[in-house]
Amino acid sequence: MSAPILQVNDLRVTFDVPVRGGWPWTPPRKLQAVGGISFDLQPGEVLGVVGESGSGKSTLARAIVGTVPSTGRVLFDGQDLTRLSPEARRARRRDIQMIFQDPLAALNPRLTVGDIIAEPLTTHFPKTPRAEVRARVQALMERVGLLPNLVNRYPHEFSGGQCQRIGIARALILNPKLLICDEPVSALDVSVQAQVVNLLRELRREMGIAMIFIAHDLSVVRHISDRIMVMYLGRLMERAPAPAVVGTPRHPYTQFLIASVPIPDPVLEKARPRPVLEGDLPSPLSPPSGCVFRTRCPKARERCAVEPPPPYDVGPGHVATCHYWDEPTPMVQAAE
Amino acid sequence: MAFHDPTAEALQRPAHPDKGRSLWTDARRRFARNRAAMVALVALVLIALFAFFGQLLTEFDGETVDFTLIGVNATQGVPSLETGHYFGTDQEGRDLYARTVQGTRLSLMIGIVGSLVAVVVGTLYGAVSGYLGGRVDGAMMRIVDVLMSIPFMFVLILMLVMFGRSLLMLFIGIGLISWLSMARIARGQTLSIKNKEFVEAAVATGVRPLTIILRHVVPNLAGVVIVYATLLIPEMIIYESFISFLGLGVQEPNTSLGALISRGASQIGNGVPWQLGFPLFFFVVMLFAFFFVGDGLRDAIDPKDR
Ligand SMILES: Nc1ncnc2c1ncn2[C@@H]1O[C@H](COP(=O)(O)OP(=O)(O)O)[C@@H](O)[C@H]1O
Ligand code: SF4
Ligand SMILES: [Mg+2]
Repeated sequence: MSAPILQVNDLRVTFDVPVRGGWPWTPPRKLQAVGGISFDLQPGEVLGVVGESGSGKSTLARAIVGTVPSTGRVLFDGQDLTRLSPEARRARRRDIQMIFQDPLAALNPRLTVGDIIAEPLTTHFPKTPRAEVRARVQALMERVGLLPNLVNRYPHEFSGGQCQRIGIARALILNPKLLICDEPVSALDVSVQAQVVNLLRELRREMGIAMIFIAHDLSVVRHISDRIMVMYLGRLMERAPAPAVVGTPRHPYTQFLIASVPIPDPVLEKARPRPVLEGDLPSPLSPPSGCVFRTRCPKARERCAVEPPPPYDVGPGHVATCHYWDEPTPMVQAAE
Repeated sequence: MAFHDPTAEALQRPAHPDKGRSLWTDARRRFARNRAAMVALVALVLIALFAFFGQLLTEFDGETVDFTLIGVNATQGVPSLETGHYFGTDQEGRDLYARTVQGTRLSLMIGIVGSLVAVVVGTLYGAVSGYLGGRVDGAMMRIVDVLMSIPFMFVLILMLVMFGRSLLMLFIGIGLISWLSMARIARGQTLSIKNKEFVEAAVATGVRPLTIILRHVVPNLAGVVIVYATLLIPEMIIYESFISFLGLGVQEPNTSLGALISRGASQIGNGVPWQLGFPLFFFVVMLFAFFFVGDGLRDAIDPKDR
């Protein structure tokens, strides 16, 4: 194995949430959105990150990109990003690019598409001749499936899928080593989702970019990822090569996620058992003690409330944070 | 916003890059459909032409005193096309048409300068304060609060009394206060813009804070700023007129609409209604026109905002 391009070590992000109706000096409540995540990423590897909404996926992405303050270590190419000076950090940013969930909101409505796509280039290489910038922008537009003669258009003249292609072009113009995709297709029509995912797969194959691909369910992630990490309330639940997560999930939360992926065949879909996850996501302001999943876990016992499960090695490259990972999980079926 | 099939589109479109339809194009179209605003805009253009080129239409200037008319302007200084005193004369026998042209020009300039200072200083100040946030924001906004709590009219009058009543003083005084509320408005908008994903994208890419403010924040403030600036012009004109009305504004032989109205009002008992009527007409029409245009701009730029 070559040296990992990204090593994340015990990454934590805590937000201050002001107490409502409190005094100005009332200490804010602490919301731990990411609570100690560690993983490595090899060059060219795709890591899928899955978890329901509010589990801290976007915050994890932001902490890696460095738009929210975090503790822990983020080593990129062996260099700790969190310890760099602001100027050195800025220079490093060209190697890590991000694609956002809301494709239109991620584009400045007052700039033309050409200027938007060119921004990383003109930021890091301000001396690039205009003609060259334009040529590169247009070549890239063509590559991501946009008409190059639309460079002077504005974002609001494009559909959601096209806006996401613009965002992808912007992210790729500097040939980054790492691309973080934060739910890149969640806001798109189903028909367009497949096109965008296929585009990302092709680009990854051609350019060999490492990717972190975030989604709130497994149906998209399983097709593009080499490995999958499952998160819940900012904590790691399970991490394994994609086939192992889908085929032999060990954590009860992952098992629920797998069971809730719809089967494309309508007949089989109707006939299959439909387990439900009871209850709501607990507030991250007061997470459950011990195992954070215990309030919704059908296997929970006393030990789960007192002892947070460590990541157990449950197979080759496969970890699950559950004390009872080797016991079968009773699934509660949805009422008909 | 339909999804276009790229290949079908490629066949239809010319090879050269086509022009985008910016948000401004849409706003212009909506503005053009607003009748009241368009009429007001035409009125403003006419008033501006009057203020800057009206002098060309008369042989009189606003400074020459016609001694033969002094004391008899109620009968001899009547507005008339024959004598060439279209708007009549004032009690010093000066041509009121030329005086009104001069006064309108000054009032217009006061309004525009005050508004421009507000746009440049207020927008940048507010954008920087809002974007940086935290303590810097707190300190910068406290300064604005303190300045705002000072009764500006009082200070301006004090300044005019202390430093002498010069035109420059008036411009400085108006410029100094006009940006305060603009700074607050710009800051409020910046707070919401800076949480947008396109700003986060710029930060993630490594764009410098100042560039982000100038490239991503300020252009998105432009809508509010333009509307507010348009509405600020008449406000500044009113301030100036009030000060001139008190006799503290512009100095003879210079004049403004406020000064003209003040003199016209004092002469109203002498049978010279035109001396009040003409300046007042231009004053009122100008203010209404600015308010209507400002309103039209608001609807055109942000149609959701109603
Ligand atoms: N800037 C912030 N300030 C306070 N809380 C935040 C902030 N951003 C996210 N959170 C909280 O952190 C948690 C995780 O959010 P997020 O990372 O967006 O989850 P996901 O992307 O998985 O849906 C949520 O409870 C959210 O309310
Ligand atoms: S540790 Fe306990 S509560 Fe947590 S997932 Fe495993 S069995 Fe469930
Ligand atoms: Mg998210």
